[in-house]
Amino acid sequence: MEVTMTVNGEQVTRDVEPRLLLVHFIRETLDLTGTHWGCDTSNCGACVVLMDGKPVKSCTTLAVMCDGHDIRTVESLEKNGELDPIQQGFHELHALQCGFCTPGMLMTTRALLDENPNPTDHEIRTAISGAICRCTGYKNIVAAVHWAAEQERQEV
Amino acid sequence: MQTPAPFGYERATSLDGAIAALQRLGSEARVIAGGHSLLPMMKLRLANPEHLVDINNIPDLEYIEERDGEIRIGALTRHVDLLASELLFERYPVFRDAESVIADPVVRNRGTIGGSLCQADAAEDLSAVCAAAKADVVIRGTDGERVVSMENFHVGPYMTAVGAGEILTEIRLKVRPGAGSAHEKVERRAGDWAIAAASVCVWMDGGTFADVGIALSAVGLTTIHLTRAEDLLRGKAPSYELFTEAAEIASADCSPMADGRGPVDYKRHLAGVLTGRALRRATARALNEEA
Repeated sequence: MEVTMTVNGEQVTRDVEPRLLLVHFIRETLDLTGTHWGCDTSNCGACVVLMDGKPVKSCTTLAVMCDGHDIRTVESLEKNGELDPIQQGFHELHALQCGFCTPGMLMTTRALLDENPNPTDHEIRTAISGAICRCTGYKNIVAAVHWAAEQERQEV
Repeated sequence: MQTPAPFGYERATSLDGAIAALQRLGSEARVIAGGHSLLPMMKLRLANPEHLVDINNIPDLEYIEERDGEIRIGALTRHVDLLASELLFERYPVFRDAESVIADPVVRNRGTIGGSLCQADAAEDLSAVCAAAKADVVIRGTDGERVVSMENFHVGPYMTAVGAGEILTEIRLKVRPGAGSAHEKVERRAGDWAIAAASVCVWMDGGTFADVGIALSAVGLTTIHLTRAEDLLRGKAPSYELFTEAAEIASADCSPMADGRGPVDYKRHLAGVLTGRALRRATARALNEEA
């Protein structure tokens, strides 16, 4: 069945099986492999992308359900060779080691900062409570989000 | 890799269109809303619908409003909006208690109240919340609407009163004086299903309980409606002894199964403790004495 959606600002139309999950549509049909496919059970958060600006788990969403919607993946964060402040924060404060959870962490926390430019520790931890990191631990991730928030507040 | 078995997909753009599709496709068709309960079950092949009718594009099914002495919630209302609603928090704070511990914020962006109730999973929180609140639900088919009480809504594990060719459209909660409510849940980790959870709604009248609703999650094959404890409390004034007795009924009247979340005696104990806590908090809220 034909599905049309906007992915990272570009309209795409593809013919897909109804059972194709959004994560596989993004990774295999569109070749955008930045989005990671993790636990497959909507627990780990590695596959989080933004749907109309809100983070969703793409392993638990059908591609056909995204018809007419706006999808943003981790590839959309960098603009004109410049990393998004949230990416810079993760880099500056060592908020990743293996990097597997990072795309989901970045999209989840990007959405948090879009909604709440000055989150508390608790608000950050709540926002990423559906995202699992098995190596860095969460301390540096929380610090990186604070760092990005601070950067963005200074820019305004 | 987990992938659902093949199925046919239809996108409904109106309630009548969805009902017509469900009628046409028969009993092997399922409604999909947020999909966060149904898709995982389809991946595990525990659910194998031949057709999905997607209701996400139906307008006017997402709302929380007060009308004619009732709070009315559209079936497609997302968890995130139930959590944020000040109206719902003011009338039924039990919803915010529960919503803040249902799955995680990302899942809450998609999951819906209608989907939660229709999944009829005994471990799901909103079924207990709606049972305790003595909610009514509106079910629509080609012959029009019918209103069913929560008592008669869940007919078995994963089974509801919604028939083939029908769809749940609205949840209704009566606005009654002297109300207080609370939800208490213990889970192994953030976002997990409950080991046990208790939902309580009380309606006070002059220092005594005019009415009480109590329901438990995750400690039986279906949501447990604690009618014996409700009968005990009705007409009496709140007291430590009374709450202890109600908690003992909760431990006795639930029927948990041993699993990875704990053994039976632990779950029975927990059901009692959580019922006591939820009763105390709901009553304190009704009396504006919450600590």
